[in-house]
Amino acid sequence: MGRILIRRGRVLDPNSNRDETADVLIEDGRIAAVEASLEVPGAEVIDARGLWVAPGFVDLHTHLREPGQEYKEDIASGGRAAVAGGFTTVACMANTHPANDDPAVTDYILDRARQDSPARVLPVAAATKGLEGSVMTEMSAILRAGAVAFSDDGRTIMDSGVMRRVLEYSCMVDAPVIVHAEDCTLVGHGVVNEGPVSTRLGLPGNPAVAEAAHVARDLLLAQLTGAHLHIAHVSTALAVDLIRRAREQGIHVTAEVTPHHLTLTDEATLGYDTNAKVAPPLRSAADARACRKALVEGVIDAIATDHAPHAVHEKDVEFTAAPSGLIGLETALAVVLDLVRAGELEPLELMRRMSTNPVRILRRPGGSLGVGAPADVVVLDPEKEWLYDPAKGFSKSRNSPWAGHTLTGQVKITLVDGRLVYDVARGVLAP
Amino acid sequence: MIGRDLLGIEDLDRADLERILETAERMQEVGTREVKKVPTLRGRTIVNLFFEPSTRTRTSFEIAGKRLSADVVNFSPTSSSLTKDESILDTARTLDAMAPDAVVVRHKVAGVPKRIADALAAPVINAGDGAHEHPTQALLDLLTVYQEKGRIDGLSVTIVGDVLHSRVARSNIYGFLKLGAEVRIAAPPTLIPPAIETLGVKAFTSLREAIDGADVVMALRIQRERLDGAYVPSIREYSATFGLDRTKLRFAKDDAIVMHPGPVNRGVELSHDLADHRPSVILDQVRNGVALRMAVLYLFAGRPLAPAREG
Repeated sequence: MGRILIRRGRVLDPNSNRDETADVLIEDGRIAAVEASLEVPGAEVIDARGLWVAPGFVDLHTHLREPGQEYKEDIASGGRAAVAGGFTTVACMANTHPANDDPAVTDYILDRARQDSPARVLPVAAATKGLEGSVMTEMSAILRAGAVAFSDDGRTIMDSGVMRRVLEYSCMVDAPVIVHAEDCTLVGHGVVNEGPVSTRLGLPGNPAVAEAAHVARDLLLAQLTGAHLHIAHVSTALAVDLIRRAREQGIHVTAEVTPHHLTLTDEATLGYDTNAKVAPPLRSAADARACRKALVEGVIDAIATDHAPHAVHEKDVEFTAAPSGLIGLETALAVVLDLVRAGELEPLELMRRMSTNPVRILRRPGGSLGVGAPADVVVLDPEKEWLYDPAKGFSKSRNSPWAGHTLTGQVKITLVDGRLVYDVARGVLAP
Repeated sequence: MIGRDLLGIEDLDRADLERILETAERMQEVGTREVKKVPTLRGRTIVNLFFEPSTRTRTSFEIAGKRLSADVVNFSPTSSSLTKDESILDTARTLDAMAPDAVVVRHKVAGVPKRIADALAAPVINAGDGAHEHPTQALLDLLTVYQEKGRIDGLSVTIVGDVLHSRVARSNIYGFLKLGAEVRIAAPPTLIPPAIETLGVKAFTSLREAIDGADVVMALRIQRERLDGAYVPSIREYSATFGLDRTKLRFAKDDAIVMHPGPVNRGVELSHDLADHRPSVILDQVRNGVALRMAVLYLFAGRPLAPAREG
């Protein structure tokens, strides 16, 4: 394998707290050197002047839809969308058809990923069989097959006794349990955030307390069991407060927030755009502010996309009938750079929440530009403006609230294991 | 400035409302003629696209269109996207290809007329969408109150009942506020929409406080499935606390009128006696509905050319 020299970029390595202009040498798929100035005859040179060089992003929350719903997305298209968005690793959720509740399904996903995906794929397995919230999956066997965490994402384990046992059992296998925290009896038929916007739209509201009540239950169960609880897509100020207090008490909890919950509010649904219909729903401006503050302060550890592809014909229906979810892999960077532009987060700290922190939650190597680390690298232009057209993107689906928007901040190059897998000028190059 | 579609009262300003009401008053005269027909919309085609059954509103639009000499076609698909038949937008696009001059849409889900309007060349008139808006109902209510009271400005209007699920309530709240009235609502807490005060109304759980000194008391239809214990304990309890009768009405002004969008659940929202006699004006509302819808069809379906759609 050849040598690649990334020259004169602003190197942002959260793992070593490095933030300086430097050259990065990649050799045999690993970071070989990071120095103020390197001369490497024969190396392929990437000119990174004016660009940021950071560890490849790690998405804790992606729906790749394979097996079973390949018309929405598959491991190949989702993997391509990932690297186009600077993600070198994606954790894929278990709500496939069949659900990833068995080592054979985990095997299948990893096999497809090895063949089809330019990004690394880390399967998240179901916590209960068939995502039905009653019988635990064979966690040990599924972990041996290569899964990294457990989640009934999209469904909530409403039976508190089952949830307690899932958390207890997860301690033995030492893997995080990821929860989509919504009390579905409080959600009811709610499809938008409950508040002034749901009242104006005349649509059933999903109250903030539906999330918070469930977060509270799971935090208490995490405290009881000592398990590692990871709360997916936090969307409310109420949940942020609960997580903050739990961390102060030493409960083993981590949390993620999505680009859309950080930057959009329920007002995005005012025109009944089903591409802004998502679970949990886009919330109030105060909720979004609380999530941003929590991310800045470290109460929320990571940014995760909850990339949820749905076909045009599925979204092109009555608001109440449309499935929830939006695609986010290709827009995440540009959207969350808003926190840097607003002066809320230093570039190094943003990169930490995109790579180093998420990979640590999954207890995996990566998220580092240290010498010897696998060369999963993103080179990006934080200032570049570009027009986002999902039809020209790599995801099979188009359900994005940012469709047609001019976004600022673009991925230029993505390397996985030292291989050039994405170049904005040439598209996805591998596998 | 009136736009291409009539999707809700929220989108209109005071001048728009006044223009529609003035036009409706002129249309009322047509209904008094021996031959109740004018050639205004001759050669125009209006489609009543009703995804949700509604005999009253559909008939009112149909009579309004016919009095203006339009060709009126009723289309009532029973399908919805939930039953995996043709999607609402495909149905709408199919209709659009037949080049109607206006499409009147009713659907049980909020936002469908807006989505259809975004997909169509023809103007769309919302005939009621979920719990969102029912603009022609509010306009006919405004016309009725204006003709009863000689003004809207400065009146005190109280809306009683299931505001949470009511498109009639939302449209009337916008309409009365824009024309200068004060609006109060009265309902059990479970039927008051969240953050309703952000619309500019005051909410009460005491009927007496809500109608104290009111000029207009509007009862909303309550659907029986809301009364099975999900939102209120029983019909009996609801009608005892929020059903209007002459005793409860004595807290309103002496000359207060009582309105109801129909059909009335007698003995639930209104006492039998109140449903039939003054001060209720229910049949005037129905009568005004035809003239008001003539005005709306004239203003929205009768233009020489549809202006270009914005963004």
